[in-house]
Amino acid sequence: MATSTSSPTASLSGLAPRPLKRRKSGEFRRSILPTTMLWVLAILVAFPLLWFLLSSFKGGGELFTYPLSFLPREWTAGGYVRAWERLDFVRFFGNTMLVASVTTVLTVFFCATAGYALAKYRAPWLSVLALCILSMTMLPGEVILNPTFTVVRDLGFYNSLLGVILPSILTPTGVFMFRQFFITVPQELLDAARIDGARELTIFFRIMLPLARPIMLTLGIISFQWRWNDYIFPLIILSDPKNFTLQIALRTLIGSQNIDWVILLAASVISMIPLVLLYLVFQKYITSSDINTGLRD
Amino acid sequence: MTSTMHSVASPAAADSSVLSGTGYKPPHRRRPRRRYGLTPLLLSAGVIVLFALFFLWPGILGLAYSFTSYRGFGPMTFIGLDNYTRLASDPTFYAALGRTFIYTAFSVPLGYALSLALAVALTNLRARGKTAARIIFFLPWLVSPIVTGVIWRWMFGENFGFVNFVITSLGGGAVPWSSDANLSLMVVILASSWAGAAFNMLLFIAAINNVPTSYYEAAQLDGANAWQRFVSITLPGIAPTSVLVVLLMTLGQMKEFAMIQALNNGGPGTANQLIVQYIYKTGFGQSDVGYASAASMVLLVILMIIALLQIAISRKANS
Repeated sequence: MATSTSSPTASLSGLAPRPLKRRKSGEFRRSILPTTMLWVLAILVAFPLLWFLLSSFKGGGELFTYPLSFLPREWTAGGYVRAWERLDFVRFFGNTMLVASVTTVLTVFFCATAGYALAKYRAPWLSVLALCILSMTMLPGEVILNPTFTVVRDLGFYNSLLGVILPSILTPTGVFMFRQFFITVPQELLDAARIDGARELTIFFRIMLPLARPIMLTLGIISFQWRWNDYIFPLIILSDPKNFTLQIALRTLIGSQNIDWVILLAASVISMIPLVLLYLVFQKYITSSDINTGLRD
Repeated sequence: MTSTMHSVASPAAADSSVLSGTGYKPPHRRRPRRRYGLTPLLLSAGVIVLFALFFLWPGILGLAYSFTSYRGFGPMTFIGLDNYTRLASDPTFYAALGRTFIYTAFSVPLGYALSLALAVALTNLRARGKTAARIIFFLPWLVSPIVTGVIWRWMFGENFGFVNFVITSLGGGAVPWSSDANLSLMVVILASSWAGAAFNMLLFIAAINNVPTSYYEAAQLDGANAWQRFVSITLPGIAPTSVLVVLLMTLGQMKEFAMIQALNNGGPGTANQLIVQYIYKTGFGQSDVGYASAASMVLLVILMIIALLQIAISRKANS
C-alpha cells in the first residue's frame, strides 16, 4: 500500500538540467488537480471537527452571537473548567478505561484462539461454529436488547462493569481476522513443530501467537476504540452514575431540552483525548494495516 | 453507530470462503485425528461459551418473550401471536421502520460515494501530502457516535449553527434544520456518512491497490481520460469490495441508535424515531418486553433477508 509520496527528485531542483526541469514542471502541473481534490476532501472532513474544537474555546457569549468567527475572538478555557467540575471525569475515565482495556485484552485472546482453531483444525463442529459466528454479523446482538439485559441480570452483573465487558468480548470481526491470518501461515511450520514433538497448545502459544502480533495490535486498537465509544450496552446495563462510562455520562448533558453548550462542547472534547493520543501513536497499525487481509480470498 | 457497524467488517469478507467451503484442507489425511484430541475444543471453548451466553441465549429468550406479554418481571403469560398481530397494525412501528428504511436508502449511497472518493483521492499517485491527508481522513473514526451527534447538532443549530450563519450571511433565511423532520433527517444522514467513511475507505484502498496497474497504463495509451478509467477499470475492479461495503453499511444503518439520539433524539417529536430507538423505548421505557422482543425479531428477519439478498447478488456477480 502506497503511503508516503514525498517527491524523490526534490534535492535536484536547483542543479537539474533543462529537460529534467521541464519534466518536473509538467509533473507539478499534473499533480495540481489530484492534490487539490485530496485537500478539498480533507478540509471537508476536518471542518466539522475543527469548528467544534475551536468553539469549545469560545466564551458563552461569543458562542451565540452573530457574526460567528472561525477563531475565537477571546480564547478561554472556561468551558473546560466548568465541564471538569460538572462531570466526575476521573471516575468516568477510570470506568471507561477499565471496560475498554479489559474487554480488549479478552477480545484479542479469545478471537486469536478461536480463529486459530477455525483455521488449522478440521472437524464438522468447527464449520458449524464458523457459521454461528458468521451469523452474528447478520443478526446483531444490539438489536435484541431486553433479552440480553435479562441474561446479564440473571448472571448477577446488572449495574456492574463486568456486565458491560462480558457481552462485548466476542466479535465476529476479530475471529475472522485471525482465521484469515492463520490460514496464510504455512502448514509445514505446524507439521515441523509436531514432528519435533511440540504439544498442540505449545505450538499455538510459542509459535503461532507471536507470529500474529500485527493482527493482535490492529484488532487491539480497533477493539479499544469500539469499547471506548460503546453506548447501547452501558446504557441498558449501568444504572448507578458511579458506574457510568464516558459516553453515558455525556448523554446526561444532552438529555435535557436546554443544553449547556459551553459544558457539552468542552466535555465532548475531553472525552476524545485518550483515543486521539492512542491513534496518533499507533495510527500506522490501522491506516496502513491488515484490515484488508480479510478481503484477499 | 460507527463502532457497531465496523464490528462486523471482516467476517463478511471471509464469508464467501466459509459458505462455499473452500477452506484449508489438511494434507495428511491418514494421520489419526486423535493426535490433537481436544485442542481445538479447548482453543474455542471461550468463544463457544460467550456465543452461547450472549448471543444464542438472548436470541432464544427474545423469541420466547415475543410470544408472551412479559413485562420484565412477574409471570410470563403465553399469548401466541398477539404481539405480532399488534405490531402489524401499529402505526408507530411502521413509522419507525419506514423512517429507518428512508434513512438507510439515503445514507448508504452517500456514505459509499464519500468513502470511495476519499480512497480514490488517497490512491492517486500524483497527489501530494497523502500521509497527512490519510491521518485527517481517519480522524472521524475516533469520534464516538454520541460526540458525532453533538458535533453535527452544533454545526446545524437553527439559531446559532455555522451552516445557518453562512446561509443568512449570504442573504438566505435561517433553515429549520431541527424543527423540520426531513431536514433533520438529512443532517443525520450527512453525519453518518461523515462518521462511517474512514473505515470503508480502508477497504476501498486495499481493493484499489489490488487492481493491476497495467490496465490503467493500457487505457491511458488508448487515450482514456481519468473519469473513463475510473468508470471502466476501477469500479469493476473493486466490485466485490463494493458489495461488501454496501452490505456492512446497510446492516449498520438499520440499527442506528446512539448518534441520532445525541443529534436530534428522534425528533422533532417522534418524527425521526428509528427502529432500534422504538425497541428501546417500548422495551425499557414502557417495559413492554414481550412486544419489544417481537419488534426485535421482525427486525432480525429483515436484516437477515437484506444480508442474504446481497450475498446472493455478489455470488451471482462473481460467477
